[in-house]
Amino acid sequence: MSLVSVQNISVGYGATRVLRDVTLAIEAGEIVTIVGPNGSGKTTLLRALIGAVTPSVGRIDRDAGLRIGYVPQKLHIDPTLPMTVSRFLRLPGGATPTQIAAALDRAGVPDLSDRQMSGLSGGQMQRILLARALIGQPNLLLLDEATQGLDQPGSAAFYRQIEEVRAATGCGVVMISHELHVVMSASDRVICLNGHVCCEGTPEIVSAAPEYQALFGTGTGGALALYRHDHDHSHDATCGHDHAHDHSHDDTTTKAAE
Amino acid sequence: MMLDDFMTRATLAGIGVACAAAPLGSFVVWRRMAYFGDATAHAAILGVALSLALQISIFAGAVAVALAMALTVTLLTGRGYAMDTLLGVLAHSALAFGLVAVSFLSGIRIDLMAYLFGDILAVSRGDLAVIWGGAALVVGLIGWRWSALLTSTLSQDLAHASGIDPRREQLILTLALAITVAVAIKVVGVLLIAAMLIIPAAAARPLSRTPEQMALFAAALGAVSAVAGLQSAYVLDTPAGPSIVCVAAILFAFTSGLRGLRA
Repeated sequence: MSLVSVQNISVGYGATRVLRDVTLAIEAGEIVTIVGPNGSGKTTLLRALIGAVTPSVGRIDRDAGLRIGYVPQKLHIDPTLPMTVSRFLRLPGGATPTQIAAALDRAGVPDLSDRQMSGLSGGQMQRILLARALIGQPNLLLLDEATQGLDQPGSAAFYRQIEEVRAATGCGVVMISHELHVVMSASDRVICLNGHVCCEGTPEIVSAAPEYQALFGTGTGGALALYRHDHDHSHDATCGHDHAHDHSHDDTTTKAAE
Repeated sequence: MMLDDFMTRATLAGIGVACAAAPLGSFVVWRRMAYFGDATAHAAILGVALSLALQISIFAGAVAVALAMALTVTLLTGRGYAMDTLLGVLAHSALAFGLVAVSFLSGIRIDLMAYLFGDILAVSRGDLAVIWGGAALVVGLIGWRWSALLTSTLSQDLAHASGIDPRREQLILTLALAITVAVAIKVVGVLLIAAMLIIPAAAARPLSRTPEQMALFAAALGAVSAVAGLQSAYVLDTPAGPSIVCVAAILFAFTSGLRGLRA
């Protein structure tokens, strides 16, 4: 069966309905990307998958052996909480020193183990968060804009690592990203979300879909290549959605997104 | 017998409270629950009044009211009131109702000051058993849930993803807080319990690199405060509970100055 299957869920905070009638299933071994404008419910959908929000309608079925690795958009660690990187990586599963050293090596930050978490840069923090998510050997990896704060080589390495992990362990991967040009090419399946599922399918199908083009704009019929090179296209401002997303690859400005 | 000496019993009582307060106080600091601890402690005076009226043990009454208070706050937050407003209303109301209730108990001679500021020099063997029993319970409870509590303190979403329910962990902390308040009444009194929770933990922060170190240093600093506070109270003829808190505050100033305030 699917790792997670979501059937007709609606989620709201107070009077605001963020997701309505969303149905999807994640299979082992596939990389699924969720794209959508700000406020379209992407993060809420991930939080529903991990069980942090309960849908008001609909059901979520999780496979009995599901082990989730979750990389949040950001993690604020209160400065009153002393926490070394290696201690953080042992939380809560209790990884061995060997596993920790291996995880830090894989993440490309072998020297950070004794550093304080609150002193890490945004990019280092994201690598550590991924390392921690992978230490538990998850069969479902959930990434919420996990490349925020990474520079372009770092971001490319990050996606390569995801790809390697998927190949090595056969885990399912669900990621949210604003870096359309990268994720569209790295995904098996794309789900375009705007409160509901607008369209889904392979990157080629989704980027050609009218619903997707209405949200993200193309002007040229939605060739995938557009997202690989065109970083300064203007969005169609008439459709009433907030389309602001950050195409910058500068380490300091990407942190401002969301 | 060693326990015949009131100073020995007082010292052991102080160390017992310091041990329970250290891990709990660390969480209170990390989760920014300082005012929550204060409110729970203030509510305990109502528990004291009720216990005296109903002639049940002070410990049981204080635990019950402190727990009721903490649960009420938890349930009411997110219903339109800010946490600090809610705590301010409930804590001071409970304290006021408690003080009024105590005044009705004219048949019983009560030294109210003993409950507001503690009466550590009057700790009996029975009190000592309650304090150490309660402290062992709190340390056991927090030790048992340590990883889950830490994970949910770091991030509720990370906790959920690891299959931990942060609300349950919050409940465990609340329970530990109620027990700690109840055992600490005799030692420092309801007005200074929050100080025993927060000051040793805050003083331990600059010395620590991991959460475990902070809890252990907090216990050591709390115990030192208890011993040194009692000794100075004896020598200077000052009230014992406040003297303990004064020593803790001096230690805080010292460790902060020693390593500088780390952001």
